Amino acid sequence: MSTELDPRAPSTPSFAADARRVARRDGHDTSGAAAPTGEPGQAGLARLRLGGRLALQPWPALVLGAALLLLWQWYASRPEVDPLLLPAPTAVWTALVAQRGILWHHTLVTLGETAAGFAAALAAGFVLGAAIDFSWWLRRASYPLLVASQTIPIIALAPLLVLWFGFGLTSKVIVVLLVCFFPITVALSDGLRSADPELLKLYRSFGAGRLRLFWSVRLPGALPALFSGIRIAITYSIIGAIFSEYVGASDGLGYYIELKQHTFATAGVIAAIVVTALLSVALFLLTALVERLALPWYYAAGRGEH
Amino acid sequence: MATRETAAPLAARPAGAGAPLLDVRGVTMRFPAVRGRTGGTVTALADLSLVVARGEFVALVGPSGGGKSTLLSIIAGLDTPTAGSVAVDGDPQAPRLGRVGYMPQRDLLLPWRTALDNAVAGLEVRGVPKAAAREQARALFADFGLAGFERAYPHALSGGMRQRVAFARTVLAARELLLLDEPFGALDALTRAGLQRWLLDIWGRLGATCLLVTHDVDEALLLADRVYVLTARPGRVRLERRVPLARPRRLEALAQLEVAALKAELLAALLEETSAAPGERVDVEGAPR
Repeated sequence: MSTELDPRAPSTPSFAADARRVARRDGHDTSGAAAPTGEPGQAGLARLRLGGRLALQPWPALVLGAALLLLWQWYASRPEVDPLLLPAPTAVWTALVAQRGILWHHTLVTLGETAAGFAAALAAGFVLGAAIDFSWWLRRASYPLLVASQTIPIIALAPLLVLWFGFGLTSKVIVVLLVCFFPITVALSDGLRSADPELLKLYRSFGAGRLRLFWSVRLPGALPALFSGIRIAITYSIIGAIFSEYVGASDGLGYYIELKQHTFATAGVIAAIVVTALLSVALFLLTALVERLALPWYYAAGRGEH
Repeated sequence: MATRETAAPLAARPAGAGAPLLDVRGVTMRFPAVRGRTGGTVTALADLSLVVARGEFVALVGPSGGGKSTLLSIIAGLDTPTAGSVAVDGDPQAPRLGRVGYMPQRDLLLPWRTALDNAVAGLEVRGVPKAAAREQARALFADFGLAGFERAYPHALSGGMRQRVAFARTVLAARELLLLDEPFGALDALTRAGLQRWLLDIWGRLGATCLLVTHDVDEALLLADRVYVLTARPGRVRLERRVPLARPRRLEALAQLEVAALKAELLAALLEETSAAPGERVDVEGAPR
């Protein structure tokens, strides 16, 4: 390990080369491409990753989807297939268009329940995740209960909740809360726990206390993990709401599905399922968008690389 | 462009008057052995004493695993020694957290903060208003060759620049006494050489007091007024030498005959310690002495 300087190096410390290199990279960042100069492969890779996450390259999925639809249409229109049991995609589309007003109403109801339940789950998950992190005792005490709460089949619990809280909003919100808070809590508490001990030590050397460490170091560092939990939770949330409506409600997509099933309006059932799927995808994409806006540094630095 | 603080005059160098700025006396540190209850304790530091005068630059070299980082943690106030005392400005009771600038090997910049906002972390913890803190940091950035990169995020900076931002953060947090724990260890040789020269220059202008931990004897000789060599675990002072070089220093000065002799002496001591207890294995065996 010699400390001899390269004889060609300038005699005074100069950081001009550093600055030039960085400026060049900055220029690239603002222009949108993630690749440093001279590494063409990385731009493609970055774009692919981005596309996979945000469905910016939807063509393969669209082609496969269209093929499956065609197959379904072909099979459903065969004479031996009862349209009451399996309506063709065209019939589903017709139902979708004919019922759009009613479907829209039920969609809004379901969306409202989902939003309320998810917001409650986010608040509960945040408080619980942080509390677990603050207290060793609380972690030990509540973790088994948390896990146990996830083993209760919602299918058994939802009817009880309807019995206890009625057909209205409350029972739906509770079901959504129950399915959503667990991934959020666990993701947050894991994220908080994974804070770099060296970093915490450095901040302690500045005189930082626990609260300061939490707000300035640990919570911002845990946000990527928290968002992973949120992405999982949001996909469950709609299903939770619909299932709860299915069990007992007077409004909502789940209620609509149950109603249509009873009258053997299979096309209507499938139309509602399509709406549900679109809703889930939309919420997922919305979450991804919020994450990108909230954590620009995380994406700029390369995900997971820290 | 230099502010009052950064353009401080060459502060009173080893004046010899009054108590040393840092006085470490008889510090012993024992940890519970990692595994097993019968193992008892591991002694990281044993009756270690050293002093650093105000304005002095002191280097600490020793085999790895010898408790150097533990010592810095204790001096910074992060750990309490099993025995012994640490006095800053003659006062062993004075709280040291927030008063002693501690800089670990890794830059540990927060990726979600700009360079400038990373640098003000220590001021922020101390409760300095944001605008005032940024103003101080901005002044220092100009001096640290970081002007124009205030709003850059750490991932966009080179290793050398990140280390300078980290150093700015340390200096802003507490410039009276700086504890540097192998600050250049993770950098490539050329960047390291550049930063060493830069540190020499900055240190002179800041009038700071530095305690540098390193395993690089050349680095110690280039930067320090005095060098302590520590023993292998348990760490204590093996020898102490003054570096007979005038300031300002240049790399070429290391080739002088007397410095070369000193280097040979330090290296020999270091090597002996290293072979006496091969650093890494001691941990596993549980100090078979």
